[in-house]
Amino acid sequence: MLLIEDLTFRYPGADKDLLNIPHWQVEAGEAIFLTAPSGSGKSTLINLLAGIITPQQGTIRVLDTPINQLSARRRDAFRARHIGMVFQQFNLIPYLSVADNIRLASHFSALSTHEADKRALRLLDKLGLSDMEAGRKAAQLSVGQQQRVAIARALINEPQLLLVDEPTSALDTGHRDKFIDLLMQQLVLARTSLIFVSHDASLRSHFGRHVEIGALQHDAA
Amino acid sequence: MMLLKLAWHSLGSRLGTVLLTVLMMSVSVFVLLSVENIRQQAKDSFQQSVSDVDLLVGPRTGQINLLLYSVFHIGVPTHNLSWDSYMMLKQHQDVDWTIPLSLGDSHRGYRVVGSEQQLFEHFRFRSDHSLEFASGQAFRDTYDAVVGAEVAASLGYQNGDKIVLAHGIADTSFSRHENHPFQISGILKPTGTPVDRSIFISLTGLEAMHADFPGANTAPDLSPQSVTAVLLGLHSKIKTFTLQREINTYSDEALQAILPGVALSSLWSMLGGVEQTLWVISLLVLLGALIGMVNVLLLSMRERRHELAVLRALGYRPGFLFALLQLEALLITASSIIVALLALWAGDIWLREWLLSQFGLFLSESLLQPGTWRLLLGIVLAAMISALLPAVNAYRQGLNTQLR
Repeated sequence: MLLIEDLTFRYPGADKDLLNIPHWQVEAGEAIFLTAPSGSGKSTLINLLAGIITPQQGTIRVLDTPINQLSARRRDAFRARHIGMVFQQFNLIPYLSVADNIRLASHFSALSTHEADKRALRLLDKLGLSDMEAGRKAAQLSVGQQQRVAIARALINEPQLLLVDEPTSALDTGHRDKFIDLLMQQLVLARTSLIFVSHDASLRSHFGRHVEIGALQHDAA
Repeated sequence: MMLLKLAWHSLGSRLGTVLLTVLMMSVSVFVLLSVENIRQQAKDSFQQSVSDVDLLVGPRTGQINLLLYSVFHIGVPTHNLSWDSYMMLKQHQDVDWTIPLSLGDSHRGYRVVGSEQQLFEHFRFRSDHSLEFASGQAFRDTYDAVVGAEVAASLGYQNGDKIVLAHGIADTSFSRHENHPFQISGILKPTGTPVDRSIFISLTGLEAMHADFPGANTAPDLSPQSVTAVLLGLHSKIKTFTLQREINTYSDEALQAILPGVALSSLWSMLGGVEQTLWVISLLVLLGALIGMVNVLLLSMRERRHELAVLRALGYRPGFLFALLQLEALLITASSIIVALLALWAGDIWLREWLLSQFGLFLSESLLQPGTWRLLLGIVLAAMISALLPAVNAYRQGLNTQLR
């Protein structure tokens, strides 16, 4: 599903590599809990996996496609169709309705607008959001609701890889566990691989595999 | 579609600042269009102060000088042309009609023009408008006078009022022809030309006024001896240059014939500086508004950092962000133009009469002339170019964005 080989990345002007990952593999349907101290390059890794930035060396294969060798245009298109992303907060465009926020993503799918809207409503329903909330402006939702809409949007195009970066940091404990349960339920059905970045160790039990970012690095080997 | 929806809602979410920006832009577009329209109209009504006149004939003097005193009543004619020469022109085979003009008198600062009935028949301004009466009729009697719209309005004259004309052009002229009061027989409609500031009497009236007889027991000879200038209309325009040469080389008297259109154009180009200044000022107003718009868009970029990052994460290209900002600028500009056009249109309906009567400014029938379209297109282009700054900013943010 995901295969990284001999990856090195450094920011322009930096004197040493931020990331140096000789080999890392993730299977389809795997749910990985990735922990990383701040400054260790976790956001950079997420951006690399999403194809927003490219490494200086090595290859990143997603679904057997070496995404870092695609043109910028095709990388953007690949991300739209195969990769979902959920961030810490600010996932939604505040002035658009929930439905329009999801349409921003389903715009890239092969589905007709009507079918995509139906699927979006089903997803929202499973995530505990009603039709009524679909018509509201994103800015009017609570943080918890916004994060659930973000999941619905990340999953609308049935991505093979879901990248999630500290999505629960703005939620209290009760909501957090419920949020992760909902997320996992959706993934099992679609056999989507998940990379979940967090430094909240108490969430680890929800995931099949735990990886420390330092263990991936070259000097750890 | 997604792009339009995003741009529209994005502007809607910042309604306050966006409305202020639109207001600012509308004001500047309004000023620009008004100045352009007024400039065009001022030029047109100036250049068409006399139209349909093929030749303007006077004693030999400079062409601008002749034009200034005969059409605009500025300055004093140094000498006249004789009645014989006038009759020669009037009876010339190529000449269709003549309007004699005799200047030199005034009434409370307004020029008195001696002429004949043909004035009301043949005089044209603004391509094909003839003189029309707001009330009353042309002069019939020797002591009848017709006054221009501005004269009537500012001095409060009505038909039947008696007025005393003075020799010379100063308001305080001592030699008033008080023995010979004139009676107002008609008041002209506003024309936006020097006609509005003139008083017209017949040539015989002018002679009678000057015939200094105390008791008037014997009827004096009231046939005119000379005129200041003559407007000529020809049967055929082809003859214009032939006749001009003929008049300029007339052996009995030193005469000069000029083409009014040519002389008016060269006079206007001497006044062109004012026109340029107006134009530059309105461009500066537009520049200010464009800077304001760019400022608003650039300031919004800071708070929209997350928004752009989300769009990138969803797979939207940096070019999409560029287009989004350009579209927002376009929507602001288009709304401003619509508001400005509505204001101009309303202003045209409410103020047309007032502008004509107060300032002699005649707005054209159509606000949207080809020049206006070009101007609007120019404004949109200028807005698009200005919006490059925030749009390129968004593009670069899209390239370098770090999602978190």
